This record gives sequence, C-alpha cells and structure tokens, in this order.
Amino acid sequence: MGRRVLVTGLNTFWGGRVAQTLEADPDVEMIVGLGVDEPTIELERTEYVRADQSYSILTRIVKATQVDTILHTFLVVDSTRMSGRQLHEINVIGTMNLLAAASAADSPVRTLVVKSSGLVYGSTYQDPAWWREEMTRTHPPKTRVERSLVEVEGYLRDFAEDNPHVCVTLLRFANVLGTDIETPITTALQLPLAPSILGFDPNLQFVHETDVVRSIEWVMQNQVPGVFNVAGDGKLPWSEVAAMCDKRTFPISPVLTGWAAAPLSALRIVDLPPELLDLLRYGRGIDNRRLKMTGFEYRYTSAGAVESFAEASRLRRTVGETRPSYRYERDVENFFRHSPAVVREPAP
Amino acid sequence: MPAPENRVDEATVADVSTSGGALVPLRRPTQAEPPADPRRSDVDEWGRSENMRALARALYGPIYRNWFRAEWEGLEKIPREGGALLVANHAAAIPSDAPVIMHGIEEELGRPVYGLAEHLFKALPVVGTMWSRVGGVAAHPENAYRLLREQRQLVLVFPEGTKGTGKTYNERYHLRRFGRGGFIEIAMRAGVPIIPIAVVGAEESMPIAFKIPAIGKALGLPYFPVTYNQLLLGPLLGAVTYFPAKFRLRVLDPVSFDVPPDQERYSKSRIMDEAENIRVALQENLFDMLRRRQSVWFG
Repeated sequence: MGRRVLVTGLNTFWGGRVAQTLEADPDVEMIVGLGVDEPTIELERTEYVRADQSYSILTRIVKATQVDTILHTFLVVDSTRMSGRQLHEINVIGTMNLLAAASAADSPVRTLVVKSSGLVYGSTYQDPAWWREEMTRTHPPKTRVERSLVEVEGYLRDFAEDNPHVCVTLLRFANVLGTDIETPITTALQLPLAPSILGFDPNLQFVHETDVVRSIEWVMQNQVPGVFNVAGDGKLPWSEVAAMCDKRTFPISPVLTGWAAAPLSALRIVDLPPELLDLLRYGRGIDNRRLKMTGFEYRYTSAGAVESFAEASRLRRTVGETRPSYRYERDVENFFRHSPAVVREPAP
Repeated sequence: MPAPENRVDEATVADVSTSGGALVPLRRPTQAEPPADPRRSDVDEWGRSENMRALARALYGPIYRNWFRAEWEGLEKIPREGGALLVANHAAAIPSDAPVIMHGIEEELGRPVYGLAEHLFKALPVVGTMWSRVGGVAAHPENAYRLLREQRQLVLVFPEGTKGTGKTYNERYHLRRFGRGGFIEIAMRAGVPIIPIAVVGAEESMPIAFKIPAIGKALGLPYFPVTYNQLLLGPLLGAVTYFPAKFRLRVLDPVSFDVPPDQERYSKSRIMDEAENIRVALQENLFDMLRRRQSVWFG
C-alpha cells in the first residue's frame, strides 16, 4: 500500500509545488491538500480541502483520511505578506493544532516533515560564517516571524520527544530563488536598482526552488529524522547577486536603516522587513553537509540559483508572464476526480 | 582556494548521527554531474577575494618595504601547506602588525593568511567589508576550526585582542593576558600547531598617549585613543599615518599538542599552561629583540 499524504498550505506556492511533485510519485497513493483558499496551480489527483488550521477540523481530517505522512509546508517566512498577528496565528497556532492532531490517540501519522527557515539562526555581526544544525542563534529573535519560527521548532522538538514512533524531519531553508517564486528579494532584484546597505556587501546563500521541493520529497521517501539545513553550495556577495541580475545597487543608509527603507515600502516599491535588512547587512551561511550525507544531491549551487532566477526574469522582461494562468473550478475538478464518466488510469 | 570537502562516500554516511536519531546508510543514486556554479567574482565563503588581496598587496608593498622595512627571522618555520595557527603580540591604536604579518607571509610563501579579528569589525560599514575582502574573518571558534581543520589554511590570531592594542605608550611590549586560552583549545581541536610570532615595531608605529573612556563608551568601541601621531600631525592626518618604526618579526618554533583532535573538551589546566608557555616565550623573545634593538626607527 502506498503512502497517504497530507500537505498543508495547498493554496500557497510550496504546498502546490509539493503536491504537484507527489502526484508524479507512484508510491504516493493519496494526497490531501489543506488550504485556506483554492489551489493556484493545476493538480491531477490531489484532494483539496478548504479548511483553516483549527484543531477540531484537523483531527477529523487526519482520522478520516488515515494519512500516514504530513508535509507541513504552511509556515510563513515572508513577513511582508501579512500582519504579524496573522502570521503568528498561522505559524504558531496552526502548527500547534496540527501537531496536536497528529499526536492524538490512535493517530495514523508516522512521518512528519516541517519546512522551516534559516531565519531561526538570525543574522547578526556576532554570528559564525556557517551555521550547523545543532548551533543556536547568538541573539534572541527580534522580529515576529523569527520568534514564531523559533517557537514552532520548540513545539516540534517536544512533539518528536513525545512521539518517538513518528519520523520527524525539520528542514531549514536558505533564501529561495528560482524561476517562479516571489519574495522580497526577488522584488528587490527586479527593481531598476537593487537596494543594498551602504558599506556592507555580505555573503548570501540561496537554494533553488526545485531543490526545496526535491529535498522535502527526499526526506519523506528516505525517512531521515532530525534537523537539516537546506541550501545551495557556496555563498556569494550581494553585489555579485545584483550583477548577475544585470543590476547596480542603490545604497541605503547604514544608520537608521529601517527608517531609510520605510519610504520604499510606503511607496510600494519594495518592502524590506527588518530580518531582510539584517541579512543585507551581515549575511548568513548555513552548512548543508548533513543533508548531503543522507545522499541528497543538489541540482543548483547558490550562484546557480541566482543564475536561474536571472535568466527567468530576463525572459519575463521580454515576453511577459510565461506560465499559463490557472483558475480552480470546484465542479470541474470534482468531475475529473470522481465522476464515473471519466476513464481513469488504474491506481498506481 | 580549496573548497571544503563536500562529496562524501558511502563509508562516512553511516558514521554520522544527528540529534534526531542515527542516520542509516542510504542507497546513493548514480553520481550526477556536480551542479554548475556560475560565479562572477572570486569572493570566497569568508568574504576574502584573491583579486582584492593582490591589489592590496600591490598598494601595501611600498609601505611594507620602505616605511616599516619589515625584516623576518625564521620564516621557514611556517609550513608551506597544512593548517597552522599563527599567534602574535598585538599593538598600535589601529593595529599595524596584522597587515605586516599577512603581507609578509603571503608574499614569501604564496599562500593566503586569514586574520581573525573582533566581531565588531563586521558591524562597521565599509571598513568591515574591506577587512573581510583582504582576508579578515570574525574571531568565532567555529570559523577558526573550519579554516584550520577542514580547509587547512593559515590563520592569524592575536590572543591579547583589544587589550593589546589599547595599551598606552608606557606599557609597550608588556604582553597582556592571553584571553581564556581559547586559541589553544582551537588549535587542539583542529589538530594544528601553533606558531608564535614576536613583533617589534608595531608599538611605536601608532602609540597611544591617552584614552578617553567616555567617548569610547558612547561609540561602543573597546577604547577611544588619542595617539602621539594625532598630537604631532593633527587629529585627522594623525589618525591614518603611522610613524616609520622599523619592524622586526621573529617566528618561534611551532608548538604542537599531543592530544587527539575533535574532542568535545580539553583539560582547562592544560590549556592555561600552554597559553602561559606561549605568552612567556613571546615575552622573552620580545625582550631579547629589544635588547638588540639600537634604534626605534632603524632597528
């Protein structure tokens, strides 16, 4: 019997991507996607449930679908997308409920993968050049998104301790670049001038969106418990990142940087949250060797991820949006999945 | 610049355990091509750029040769390959010893030297970036370990730290406390020898007349000096001009520790003993060099 998988945040970039990848995996028997909104990419066999992250619903879903695997991709790491309160609600409360549902008596869940971020290490001048998984940040988190992720990881540790029969994997990702993802960094790199902080040119590390999805699938298939950093090899200075994207940099004041960057966000040019300003000042490197030792092979280095993004944005500049737009139609999707009129391939 | 060992073979996969449980060896897929790495600059993972370093050497060469007229003794004791921790005495309001040592070794041995410095450097705009481009690295034990053990580089450290550079002129050539001996522990853990270097000349290149603690505190600096250079040449020119003191550098015999590397902890008393031994050796050699020195300016 194949795997039965629950993916959270189906309507988000990562949930959608992960579900799409799982559909191609013959070992995955069934995929349930949880989302607060309709999926934004086309999915073949994923069952979409519109649900918030409340505990009672989650428990019912887990029980009813008998999922053995949960891929928790719905952790918000981009604080520009919503208010701090909303973010806390999704990250902390949502995860807490999910973990509670997964650890309920006679829960069928045996594998849990959580997508966290290198943000949990922070970015200060006292940091080492490379973070290993067992190291802890040098300063307490200042921003809401960092605080929420640190809290989530705490819950997850407790969960792993209380549920030794569940294979718990926590993945911490470097900043993601690629052909499709949109983050404050991609916005910044698509401006006529890429913002930088005057006098600072930190080394940054990136991971390609393909490697993000592949690593989630990899740890699920291979059952590797523990904490893993996921990031492309090598680091490169921000000025080089900008140059690869054919941009010059525009320096922001190194003192009162938050104030200096505020007009950019007020004018809707680019929203540079405090954690990103710290990154543009001090950079961050996370050691990716532990995941490699499990046999995972990256397709992109940090520079490779930047190059891939640069090529995609050059193409976009010339021909506009290349991906076909997709709108979810509930009736159509249900028809294809469940109508006896549709001739379906026998289940893999 | 050798990259850290990234590819692992099957044998090592089984050795690693993680916080979440032991890893099992996995079937490795057929080795794919290593991913392309389209880099444009030569800035390495530490922020050092060999191009920038070469430019800095070209600019600094005349100062090294004609201003400080640096002369080395025992340079052959520094290994041409493999990691080693270079340890020197530290002086001058804006330290002049680090550039001299790094320049001299890179020119003579043709291998990079990474200079460990106070984290504060990283927080300074422009200066911090320049410092890292020419081989400066924040003095985090983790950074030192990686450079020494995994990348087998030369690393320079001043165990006195800012206590050494913050000395006033009347305290010159009296070594300060060697921290808590962290540098010994790093060398032990990395399994590399320590090579002490005694430096004469830096003390007189930018001696501190007095310090103004209130300003230092307000600016968050370890000390705020007023140097003789400033008293003589004015506050601005004096802040950037060294006196042409003659530099003499003596490389002492490498010190190896007969302990296994990669241990969780090492004997504290052993560490303090070794640190004190090195401090005494440096201090004695400094006094010996000063006994032979006839002139501050001509050596």
